[in-house]
Amino acid sequence: MKNPVEVKAPEDVSREPGPARLSHKALAWRRFKRNRVALFGGLIVLAVTLVALLAPILAPYDPDGINIEEILSPPSVQHPFGTDPLGRDVLSRIIWGARVSLWVGFAAVGIAILIGMAVGALAGFYAGAIDSFLMRLVDIMLAIPTFFLILAVIAILEPSIWNIMIVIGLTGWMGVARLVRGQFLGVKEMDYVIAARALGARDFRLIVRHILPNSLSPVYVAAVLGVAGAILTESALSFLGIGVQPPKASWGSILTAGKDNIEIAWWLSVFPGLAIFVTVLGYNLLGEGLRDALDPRLKL
Amino acid sequence: MVHFLFQRSWQFLISLLGITLLTFVLIHLAPGEPTDLQTTLNPKVSAQARENLRRLYGLDRPLPVQYLDWLRRFATLDLGRSFVDGEPVSEKIWGRLPITVTINLLSLTVIVLIAFPIGILSATRQGSWFDKATTLFVYVGFALPSFWLALLLMLLFSVSLGWLPLSGYQSLSAAQMAPLERLIDWGRHLVLPVLTASLIGLAGYSRYLRSEMLEVIRQDYIRTARAKGLSERQVVYKHALRNALIPIVTLMGLELPALIGGSVIIETIFAIPGMGQLSYQAVLARDYPVVMGLTMFGAVLTLAGNFLADLSYAWINPRVRLS
Repeated sequence: MKNPVEVKAPEDVSREPGPARLSHKALAWRRFKRNRVALFGGLIVLAVTLVALLAPILAPYDPDGINIEEILSPPSVQHPFGTDPLGRDVLSRIIWGARVSLWVGFAAVGIAILIGMAVGALAGFYAGAIDSFLMRLVDIMLAIPTFFLILAVIAILEPSIWNIMIVIGLTGWMGVARLVRGQFLGVKEMDYVIAARALGARDFRLIVRHILPNSLSPVYVAAVLGVAGAILTESALSFLGIGVQPPKASWGSILTAGKDNIEIAWWLSVFPGLAIFVTVLGYNLLGEGLRDALDPRLKL
Repeated sequence: MVHFLFQRSWQFLISLLGITLLTFVLIHLAPGEPTDLQTTLNPKVSAQARENLRRLYGLDRPLPVQYLDWLRRFATLDLGRSFVDGEPVSEKIWGRLPITVTINLLSLTVIVLIAFPIGILSATRQGSWFDKATTLFVYVGFALPSFWLALLLMLLFSVSLGWLPLSGYQSLSAAQMAPLERLIDWGRHLVLPVLTASLIGLAGYSRYLRSEMLEVIRQDYIRTARAKGLSERQVVYKHALRNALIPIVTLMGLELPALIGGSVIIETIFAIPGMGQLSYQAVLARDYPVVMGLTMFGAVLTLAGNFLADLSYAWINPRVRLS
């Protein structure tokens, strides 16, 4: 460097050529918009959410309205998805069931994310002994067959919608913890964090204000995919009769009636499962699309 | 290698201890006691009898003592006795194990036979119609609840077509059948459970193998293999596939808990008297030594699976041992 005047400022070099410089988020959104599969997933998620919100308006019948004159009637104009062994309208029960599934999905994922972020942040920030201990805990949790653990805890607590949320959340945080820890290990060494530390920021402020916001991209993806997983687990538990309890409508418990009447009422086995399938598919497609948009390097 | 083995065995033991502690604490922190079912729900039981029952099961002693006691018996493979029928838990589990293992091994075989060709072909022809079709299939597989798939298969093959039995693992008349006839009867009962388990597992494995293959195919040594004039067949199967298979070994170890959890659902739907059904029944009956025993059994199996996967991984890939 004989002539310092000719050296460009570092920021000029790093700027991308192009019509306009876009932020990370804007670039991600641009990639997401081009991904038709992900948009389709988003559309499903939006539709299911609307159905859940508008359940009282959309449902043609009272979901709990027993009608002994129409027990197990096949799909017809009056009852497009037929009726169940108590004569209740299956379509209305599926519509109301969307509330239960989404509610459990969101709450369980919320719990899992909070625990996972706390554990991952502590492990990644402090490293050393704390890190080894917490990561060992994660390994141990991952080695316990989750479904057994959920069954065991539900057996002792009462099966209810609240307990289901809590148990799914408590057994689902390990993945998030690993992701957040990995992000923290990288981000905490960045210059701006070191600068903040030099200015005297305390650990809590460093973690919450400086490192965490830059560690969240994989957490968004994990959250969306986690909702799909939680909905699957909830419906499996309800199907086994140890999840959401009747008379509350849940997609899983309608399928139980389908199994008990499989030789005479096919519609009870088909439509609720379709609702689970479409919803889970929507969240999975949205989550995958989000992952590709936020981190295009991962796309294969 | 010896050092590696020693280190991993040590970790294995620590994890095992952690799991016993965690399971024990979780089950004991929950409100309600295992004797509740026999006492509170039965008005004839007096307070004195309740106390006696608690003492019998050792529930009146402090938790740490109960834990150490349980741990000591666990070390000698004594998992206690069922609250429901007094049968030793370990015997209950051993009796139910063969059918569960059979179903899982059969489905794993089906998965490997189908998922591997799919994974390889969709990776070597990335972007082709075949790749797109299997990608669609994978998304469907990921979103499909196993119990719904089971119901649909039952509707199709048992109710509509009448080809296969609806549930159970043998016909009522099985005792009178000739050995071969009995085997066929048994096989017909296993088709739907195995099909359900394999279709659910298929998606994950084929996707995983595809992305591993794509990763490997970009490596320099693959270009070298092509450059020195090897046939595409040799490049794919001899050079790429071998390396892509390494992480699959680990995946199989990690998949064990899911497999065990899946057995609960599949065995309950198809009324198959395996470990999964046992755990479901134990949960409903709050048969707490059985629940605890099964959770531990599953955890040990998982840890052993991970341990073996780690070892074979180090065996195949020497780089792991050195670092």
